[in-house]
Amino acid sequence: MITLIDYGAGNTASVANVLKDLDCEFVISNKEIDICNAEKIIFPGVGEASFVVRKLHMLNLFSLLRLIKKPMLGICLGMQLLCDKSKEGDVACLGIFPVTTEKFDETKIKVPHMGWNQIKYAKQSKLFDGIPEGEYFYFANSYYVPVNEYATSVCSYGIDFCSSLEKDNFYGVQFHPEKSGQAGIQIIKNFVEKC
Amino acid sequence: MISKRIIPCLDVKDGQVVKGVNFVELRYAGSAVELAERYYHEGADELVFLDITASIEKRKTLVELVEKVSEVIRIPFTVGGGISELNDIEALLRAGADKVSLNSSIVKNPLLITEAAKRFGSQAIVAAIDVKSVGGVKKIFIKGGKEETELEGLSWCKKVNELCAGEILLTSMDHDGTKVGYDLEFLKQVVESVTIPVIASGGAGEKKHFLDAFKIGVDACLAASLFHYEELAIKDLKQYLQSNGIRVRL
Repeated sequence: MITLIDYGAGNTASVANVLKDLDCEFVISNKEIDICNAEKIIFPGVGEASFVVRKLHMLNLFSLLRLIKKPMLGICLGMQLLCDKSKEGDVACLGIFPVTTEKFDETKIKVPHMGWNQIKYAKQSKLFDGIPEGEYFYFANSYYVPVNEYATSVCSYGIDFCSSLEKDNFYGVQFHPEKSGQAGIQIIKNFVEKC
Repeated sequence: MISKRIIPCLDVKDGQVVKGVNFVELRYAGSAVELAERYYHEGADELVFLDITASIEKRKTLVELVEKVSEVIRIPFTVGGGISELNDIEALLRAGADKVSLNSSIVKNPLLITEAAKRFGSQAIVAAIDVKSVGGVKKIFIKGGKEETELEGLSWCKKVNELCAGEILLTSMDHDGTKVGYDLEFLKQVVESVTIPVIASGGAGEKKHFLDAFKIGVDACLAASLFHYEELAIKDLKQYLQSNGIRVRL
């Protein structure tokens, strides 16, 4: 069973619809018990970083998510929250990836980064099995994770940034797989079946 | 590199898609959910749903429609019409929408943009702006184009940018439904004055109109009747744009 974390500003329905298509058992929850009982966890993301971190503290999930040993997929803001800190609201995040989320420079490029962009692979990852390099994914982000040693793919928008990250049981994608057509469905399928 | 987006717009009244000329003379174009599914499979990059009656009838928008749409498509979509509270926004995003478009409510309460952006992120907040020339001045209209305001077009676009909107959906009421092309002159002024993406809306009648708009720097082009009545296939349009040097997702 997969637990889809609902923290009040996340787009849970869209991810849930993909899980339904894949005939995958899941619950949408913000309770510790459902996270402890899950085989895998999806941490979706729409929202503002400091608001969501506050929410996680209030729900008593912050430490649990840091320490969990089950496969966990952070999507968009969910990926950024896996990092040390975010400049969005200057907030300390879960600290899995030792890197700080930065804001795109709006004097150089339009912010948010909004629309379909291509990714380049940096490392092999099960998440991308069956997906050709150069595939387009849907992004909607004003903040980005700088390229680092845990990047499995890189996207370019003014500068190169991390489009996906991986370390131990933690996976993150900056784009929205649930909104990226067939290729995005494949990512979620790979997470469910292979990670 | 990021691609330019093609966005079919579905003006919705009671679950049905309608389309008018210059914001009046409505004509039915089919079920919103069925059209949405068709556009997803035809390669649309994104969809916009505008509940055109909501603002006038003070009706809360379309959580149910959003739920049905998000069951059948796997691309992003925006919903608008009568949204005036953070709780409305939360309900729509939770039901599967990616963005909400705010129009009349932000004219009355501009700080709603900032509050919503703080809570949901700028990327989820689209400022929908309807502009019409009145005595040579671009004026902002609200309530589905029925009410003129004191606001001037370009300065309102800059203002929503400052207040942290994530995108501007700029509709020319003068061009809407006329198929004479987008209002390039005004779009160019806006694109050069703001730091957020701009969606051109109102007036698309043929492939070249999209190309012209992308050439002046808009990020996405929106059209309705052209797609609804199958006058133009999204795939053909994208192939044409690509062969003319515009990056699109094919």
